[in-house]
Amino acid sequence: MAFLSQFFAVYGSLVNFIGINALLALSLYVTLSAGQLSLGNAAFAGIGAYTAGILTMRFHMPYAISVAAGAGLAAVIALLIGLPVLRIRGIFLAMATLAFGEVVRIAAVNLDITGGAQGLVGIPNKTTTCTIYGVLAATAYFLAVLRGSKVGWSLAAIREDETAAMALGINTARYKTLAFVLGAFIAGIAGAIYAHLNFIITPGEFGFSAAVQLLIYNIVGGMQSVYGPMLGAFILTALPEVLRGVSLSAGPLRLGINGVILLLVILYLPNGLISFLKGPNRVSRI
Amino acid sequence: MSVLVQQLINGFFIGSVYGLFAIGYTLVFGVLDILNLAHAAVFTLGGLTALWLVATGGLSIWVAFPLAVLFSGALGLLLDRIAFAPLRRRAASNLSGLISSIAMAIIFESAALGIFGARTVRFPQGLLVNRVWHFESVTVTSLQVEIVLSALVLMLALTACLRYTRTGKAIRAVAESERTARLLGINVDGVIAVTFFVSSALGGAAGILYGLYFDALAPDMGRSIELKGLAVIILGGMGSIPGAILGGIAFGLSEVLTVALTGTSNLRDAVAFSVLLVILILRPTGLLGRGRVREA
Amino acid sequence: MFLEFEKISRSYGGVRALWEVSFGVEAATIHGIIGPNGSGKTTLINVVSGLAGPDSGRLLLEGREVHRLPAHRIAALGVARTFQNIRLFSNMTCLENVIAGQHLTAQRALVPRLLRLPSARLEERRCRADALACLSSVGIESRAEALAGSLSYGERRRLEIARAMALRPRLLLLDEPIAGMRQQEIDEMEALFRSLAEAGVTILLIEHNMPFMMRLCSRITVLHFGQTVTTGAPQQVCAHPEVIEAYLGVEGR
Repeated sequence: MAFLSQFFAVYGSLVNFIGINALLALSLYVTLSAGQLSLGNAAFAGIGAYTAGILTMRFHMPYAISVAAGAGLAAVIALLIGLPVLRIRGIFLAMATLAFGEVVRIAAVNLDITGGAQGLVGIPNKTTTCTIYGVLAATAYFLAVLRGSKVGWSLAAIREDETAAMALGINTARYKTLAFVLGAFIAGIAGAIYAHLNFIITPGEFGFSAAVQLLIYNIVGGMQSVYGPMLGAFILTALPEVLRGVSLSAGPLRLGINGVILLLVILYLPNGLISFLKGPNRVSRI
Repeated sequence: MSVLVQQLINGFFIGSVYGLFAIGYTLVFGVLDILNLAHAAVFTLGGLTALWLVATGGLSIWVAFPLAVLFSGALGLLLDRIAFAPLRRRAASNLSGLISSIAMAIIFESAALGIFGARTVRFPQGLLVNRVWHFESVTVTSLQVEIVLSALVLMLALTACLRYTRTGKAIRAVAESERTARLLGINVDGVIAVTFFVSSALGGAAGILYGLYFDALAPDMGRSIELKGLAVIILGGMGSIPGAILGGIAFGLSEVLTVALTGTSNLRDAVAFSVLLVILILRPTGLLGRGRVREA
Repeated sequence: MFLEFEKISRSYGGVRALWEVSFGVEAATIHGIIGPNGSGKTTLINVVSGLAGPDSGRLLLEGREVHRLPAHRIAALGVARTFQNIRLFSNMTCLENVIAGQHLTAQRALVPRLLRLPSARLEERRCRADALACLSSVGIESRAEALAGSLSYGERRRLEIARAMALRPRLLLLDEPIAGMRQQEIDEMEALFRSLAEAGVTILLIEHNMPFMMRLCSRITVLHFGQTVTTGAPQQVCAHPEVIEAYLGVEGR
C-alpha cells in the first residue's frame, strides 16, 4: 500500500492524463471506424470542457449535469456540421472540422465568458481517477459491443467501400453522421472531465496539434479493436516520462521520436502496435 | 480611406505569399489526391535555411534565395521517397498518405527546432536596400514589390511549365489518371517526384518571402500558414492553380480587412475560417474547383 | 411486369450513356442484357440500383416508381447487385463480408448486446449460420475465414454474389458475374442462378459469354450506343438483323 500511495503521489497526474487521452483517442476511433477523418475532436473536447467548466463555476451546476451538458452541446454542434458535410465523400470532413477547430479556438480566445487567452481559471477539482477510468471502461465496453452490432458493421462497410455499402442498403450519410456525432459526444465528455481535473483550461490546448495527437494515438495503437487507441494513448502519453527517466529530455528529440514512431507504424505496421499483442489473427467480433 | 487602401495593398502582398504557398499544396493534391501536411514544415525549413545561408554563410540574399529554394525542393524529394512512395506501392488509402505526411511534418519541425533553436530569428539589417515609395498617404516598400514580383514570376513559370513543357503535360496526365498515364508509358514515379520537388520548392520560396516580409522566422511559423494554406486551396478549389492564387489574395485581403474593421488583430483569422467553414458546408468543392467526385 | 424501364435516359458529362431505354423484366426469370462495350449496360444496372439516377424516364418496380429513390432505399425494396469491377470489403474475411451484407436482414440490436441478453447471442448464432449458408451456396464455405483480399478472381466474384444474397433479394443485378471464371465454376453459377430463379428471384444479368446467356436467359435485351435494339427470346434476338450488325458483327471482326 505504501508503494501504491507513493506511486500515485509521483505519477498520479500522469495516470489521469493517460485515462483522459485514452478517452479522447476512443472519441476519434468511432469516427475513424467509419473511414471518416475528423480533425475537430479536440475542439469538441474544448466545447465540452468550457461548457462544463462555465456551468460549474457560474451556475453552480452539479458535476454530472455539467459534464452531460458539455458532451450534449458538443454532439449537437457536431450534428449541425456533420449533416451537410458528410453527404459528400473524401477529405472534406477533415478540412471542415479543421476550420471548425480554428473557429472554436478563436472564439475561446475572444469571448469574455471563456476567460480569453488566459483561459478559464478556477474550475473546481471534482474529477477523480476513479471517474476517469470508470468512464473510460464504460466507453470502451460500449464501443466494443457497438462493433458487433448493426451500427458497427455498417460503419465498417462504409469504411471499406462506401458505394458497396449503399448497395447493401446502408444509409451511409446517416451512419457517418452517427459516427461523427458519437465521437464528438465522447470527446465532449473527455473535455468536461478534464476541465474539472485541471483547475485551468486554455484555448491552445484544444487546437490543431491536439487533434493531430488523437489521430496519432489511433494510428500508433491500431484501429482493429478498441484496445488499440487506448494502447496508443498510453504509450505516447507515458513516453515523455520514460524518456525523461533515461535523461532524454531534449524537446526537439522527443518530438522527433513521436514523428518517427508514427512514420514507422504507418509504413510498416498498418494495423498498429496492437497487432504485436494480438498476433496476426484478427479479433473476431462477437 | 487611405488607411483602407493601405490595408488592401498590404493584404494583397501577404496574400500573394499565401497564394505561392498554397500552389504547392494544391499541386500535390491535384496530382496525387493527397493532402501533404508536411508542406508547412518545408515552408519553415526553406525560410530558416535562407536565413542561415545569409547570416552564417555570409551569402547575398540573391544567392541564398535560389539555394534555399533548391534545398526545399530536395526536401520534397525526400518527403516523396520516405513518406509517400512506399504507400503508393502498397496502394494504401489517401488517409495513410495524410498521416505519413503528418509524421514527416513532426520530424521536419523537430529538426528545425534542434538545428535552429526555438527562438524567433531575423534577417540581418540592411540585407535588402529597402526603398519606400509614398503615393499620397499610401506607402509601398520595394520589399513588398519584390515579394509580389517573385511570387508572380514563380506562379507564371509554373503555369507555363504545366501548359507547355513535356514534363508539365506528363504531370497533368498523371493528375487526370495515374493508371492511364502509366499505360501511355509515362514514368509516373518520376513525374510524382518532380511534382514534389516543384511543390516543395515553391513552399520554401514562400517561407523565405514570408520571413523577409514579417522579418521574423521561428520553427513553428508553419503552423498558422498550414491552416491558412488549406483554407486558401479550399476557397480556390482543390487542385486548381489559378484558384490557389486568387484564394491566397482573397485570404490576405480578408485578414487585413478584418483587422481594419474590428480594430483588433484578435479576430484576424476568425472571419477567414468562418467563411471557409460556411463554404465547406454549402459548396464543398470550392469556389473555382470543378467537382471531382469519384464514382462507381 | 416485375421491373419496367420507361424511356430511361442518362448521360455522363455530355455523353449519352442511355437514351430512352424501354423494356420490361418478368418476375422470377433470368433476363439478359448484352451489347458491345460502352453500350450502357453497367449504367443501366447503376440506374436500377439507385447509384445513378436517370435524367429522365421512369423506372417501375412492381408498378411502383423507384427511380428517384437513393441506393439504400432501393436495396430495402429487395434489390441486390454485384459490380463489374468487384467491390468487396477486402480487409474483412469472407464471412464478415456476408455479415456486412446482412444489414437489412439481421437485427443485431445494440441494447440486448450491451445487456448480454441470451436473445442477442441466439440471433447472432442464427445470422452466422445464414451467412455460412450464403457462402456454401456459392461454394466457398471453406474460405469463410480467409480475407476477401486474398481470394482468387473467381472466388471474389462468388463472394460478391454471396454477399448480395445475404440481402435475400427479390431482384438480383449481376454485372458480368462469371467473367474470369473457369468452366467448372461457370457451370456451378449457372445451376445457382437457375435455382434462384426457380425460388422466385428475378435476375437481371449482364454477360459477354453468349453460349452461357443463350442457355440461361428466358429473354435478352440488346443495347447499342445506349439504345435498345431489341428485346426477346434468345433465338429471336440472335436472328435480329440489327443485332448481328451491331453486336455480333463487332464480335466477329
